[in-house]
Amino acid sequence: MQHPLLEMRNITKAFAGVKASDGVSFTVGEDEIRALVGENGAGKSTLMNVLSGVYPHGSYSGQIVFDGRACAFRNIGDSERQGIVIIHQELALISELSIAENMFLGNEQARAGVIDWNRTYHEARERLNVVGLDENPATLVGDIGVGKQQLVEIAKALTKDVRLLILDEPTAALNDAESEQLLQLLVDLKRQGVVSILISHKLNEVSQVADAITVIRDGRVIETLERDEAGEFHEDRVIKSMVGRPIVDRFPAREVSLGPEAFRVERWTVYHPDHEDRKVVNEVSISLRQGEVVGLAGLMGAGRTELAMSLFGRSYGQKHSGRILLDGQPIELRDVNDAIKHNIAYMTEDRKSLGLILIDDIRRNISLPNLAKISLNAVIDGNREVAAAQDYRKRLSIRSSGIDQMVESLSGGNQQKVALGKWLMSEPRILLLDEPTRGIDVGAKYEIYTIINQLAAAGKCLLLISSELPELLGMCDRIYVVNQGEIAGEVTGSQATQEAIMKIIMTHQRQVKERGAR
Amino acid sequence: MSSLKAFFRSNIRQNGMVIALVFIMVLFQILTGGILFVPMNITNLVLQNSYILILAIGMLLCILTGNIDLSVGSVVAFVGAISAVLMVRLGLGVGITILIALLVGVGAGMFHGAFIAYMRIPAFIVTLAGMLIFRGLTLVILRGQTIGPFDGAFQALAAGYLPGRDVEVLGHNVVAVVAGLLLSIYFVVSLWLGRRSRAHYGFDPLPLSIELGRMAFIVIAINLLTLSLARHNGIPIVLVLLLGLITLYTFVTRKTILGRHIYALGGNEKAARLSGVKTRRTMFLVYTNMGLLSALAGIVVAGRLNAATPKAGTMFELDAIAAAFIGGASASGGIGTVIGAIVGGLVMGVLNNGMSIMGVSVDWQQAIKGLVLLAAVSFDVYTKNKAHRA
Repeated sequence: MQHPLLEMRNITKAFAGVKASDGVSFTVGEDEIRALVGENGAGKSTLMNVLSGVYPHGSYSGQIVFDGRACAFRNIGDSERQGIVIIHQELALISELSIAENMFLGNEQARAGVIDWNRTYHEARERLNVVGLDENPATLVGDIGVGKQQLVEIAKALTKDVRLLILDEPTAALNDAESEQLLQLLVDLKRQGVVSILISHKLNEVSQVADAITVIRDGRVIETLERDEAGEFHEDRVIKSMVGRPIVDRFPAREVSLGPEAFRVERWTVYHPDHEDRKVVNEVSISLRQGEVVGLAGLMGAGRTELAMSLFGRSYGQKHSGRILLDGQPIELRDVNDAIKHNIAYMTEDRKSLGLILIDDIRRNISLPNLAKISLNAVIDGNREVAAAQDYRKRLSIRSSGIDQMVESLSGGNQQKVALGKWLMSEPRILLLDEPTRGIDVGAKYEIYTIINQLAAAGKCLLLISSELPELLGMCDRIYVVNQGEIAGEVTGSQATQEAIMKIIMTHQRQVKERGAR
Repeated sequence: MSSLKAFFRSNIRQNGMVIALVFIMVLFQILTGGILFVPMNITNLVLQNSYILILAIGMLLCILTGNIDLSVGSVVAFVGAISAVLMVRLGLGVGITILIALLVGVGAGMFHGAFIAYMRIPAFIVTLAGMLIFRGLTLVILRGQTIGPFDGAFQALAAGYLPGRDVEVLGHNVVAVVAGLLLSIYFVVSLWLGRRSRAHYGFDPLPLSIELGRMAFIVIAINLLTLSLARHNGIPIVLVLLLGLITLYTFVTRKTILGRHIYALGGNEKAARLSGVKTRRTMFLVYTNMGLLSALAGIVVAGRLNAATPKAGTMFELDAIAAAFIGGASASGGIGTVIGAIVGGLVMGVLNNGMSIMGVSVDWQQAIKGLVLLAAVSFDVYTKNKAHRA
């Protein structure tokens, strides 16, 4: 390895006696993309927060040497002045401000306190060109998609003369094409001398662009893997290091036994809630059999979430039309209560803002949709509630101090299990699961897959929405491909490959374009 | 011992306010040279603060949804004015007047609720408008004048006492003493039953020492109150009303589906809706209820003053809001208890009363109340941050 850009020596950082980072030494060369992987809570973020000055010098032990000089950052400003920029998972952009304003926020191009807008826009456009984002710098950030927002964040980092870019799960909210663009950008930046540290759960992306992978577990560096002779990483070995045990199969096996068709949607059409002539879901017809796991594949914004939410008691959109049939009988789902009464459950992709009440405890989160079940004359039977919550905590192995722990203090994977628990308690027959494994670690994913399989084995119908194609391919019996609010195609069994799905999407996009041209 | 510590740490906010209340009471007992706990002053404290406490209960529910209601003071005045017109000008009976007054309050609440819940207009704006509207209408109805006096029965609700005043033993009103004993027995039995039920389901009960300490505290507090009331005029009717409301609303917020839905709505409205909570209807009910309780407070205020005045209820909304916040409610919604709001209201009430006895001028009283509010909420934020870090 050449002269190292960054050397972290023996970093130890403890919270209330618990070591989140335990004697970590970590070196990054001057010309590389380094991946940092590990389960949730392994200590990746702690390490990066130490590096970027979020935890000031003195609150941890050990040394940081950046570009040959020992550093003692007191805050983020200190580290940014040295060219270390961290981009967090939750983007720090203000949607009401323009792209240019966001890029120079706190670093305004001003003379004597008066902003020079011409220079601001000029500089902004130059940086946007570097990241390959063709947008007017005056556009409001709220008006562009998450993928483009991510690029704005990187462009913003470039305005600070970044030398070391730290990205925390940058592709979590991006679709495949956007992720691809972002990863390519990191490679381009490397050529221009910008080193990246990439924190990610997605091993396929990591092994695509990283020069080396450092695995962290329980606050320690387990190992740093380089590419082998063939230029590949051993993914199995990475996973094994991450979880501390070999995972034989990433997707648990399941005996498939399909029952009769139970849930059917015919020509379901939904319009955008604010734009009453914009169709978001267009004449969608799908069906689910008992014991079947059916996937919904598609790019971000294809309308999968909107479809699922509109089916769940019209929680999305307006002017709904079409039919929903349960066991061949048409049913009318006017609101969420109707859906719950018909044993339909929808687990949202956004557990923090749509799924859970973070300031409340596990018990009350699990019981919320099921209060009628444990009540007599609208009075809740507290003992039954506690018993039910304890039951689901045990069945889903939710790791917490008890059912009275606040949900906001749980890890992502355990929060997701609480979200799942509240819907399992409603004893649904039809489960619409929207990105059930987003942002959670490998071990928790496996547990969720196992639960999905158990539900299928019990004869439930599952509709699984996921942006990770391997997950859909590994879990589903059948996959609908959604594009621009329509069912673009359907794949089963051996035809189900990533290539086939992408091809269906491409073909459909062409068709839609031709339709529009006509 | 460690469990004792853990208990106090986990309930620091709840216990903190009760301890603060006791501290303030003792402080003013000393500062006023023992006047604070004179039986007549205790009765006075109850009568003086009853309407703020009634409002604080309703306000707590609004705050639980993450909003506030600025209109309650004006609705209090408006309902008083309506009652005065009905009874004094039109000569209607007490029963029918109270019924109409309550319905008017419900109507005002529904008016606010409709705009807030169904038109999605921020509660701050809707109730600010309501504050102006109902204050204005009060002036219109009263033509700027004070109307009174009311029928004796109407006053009784605010200033009357339970019957049996002549039955005295050693200068103590027997009804009040017996009521105190009955309440003590009720609390001891229900705490004990609750403990047994928890044990039956295999949940960890509180350590016995804490349970007994809590029982002793409640029994002593109840009997001190009733004994002192017994030495004056007996139990004020409005105290019975207040206790009834506290019991009812504590039950609703803690044990019923509606109560849970109010907390869920304030905790995360979108998540609540996706869990089947009828968020709009719940919000509407909360504001309708606020109207009802405002009307009740309005009747009590009018009865106590024995007149309807254009200025009645001024600033009551702010006192009620302060009570809820001092009592541990969160401004962003989803956190708070009825008992907390009552304790918060009592803290303010004792401060008012104690400072008045000491002859502290009204301007200083305001400033000190403001500081107490700020201190209580700062303490809240501080303990919360600490809990997060631990």
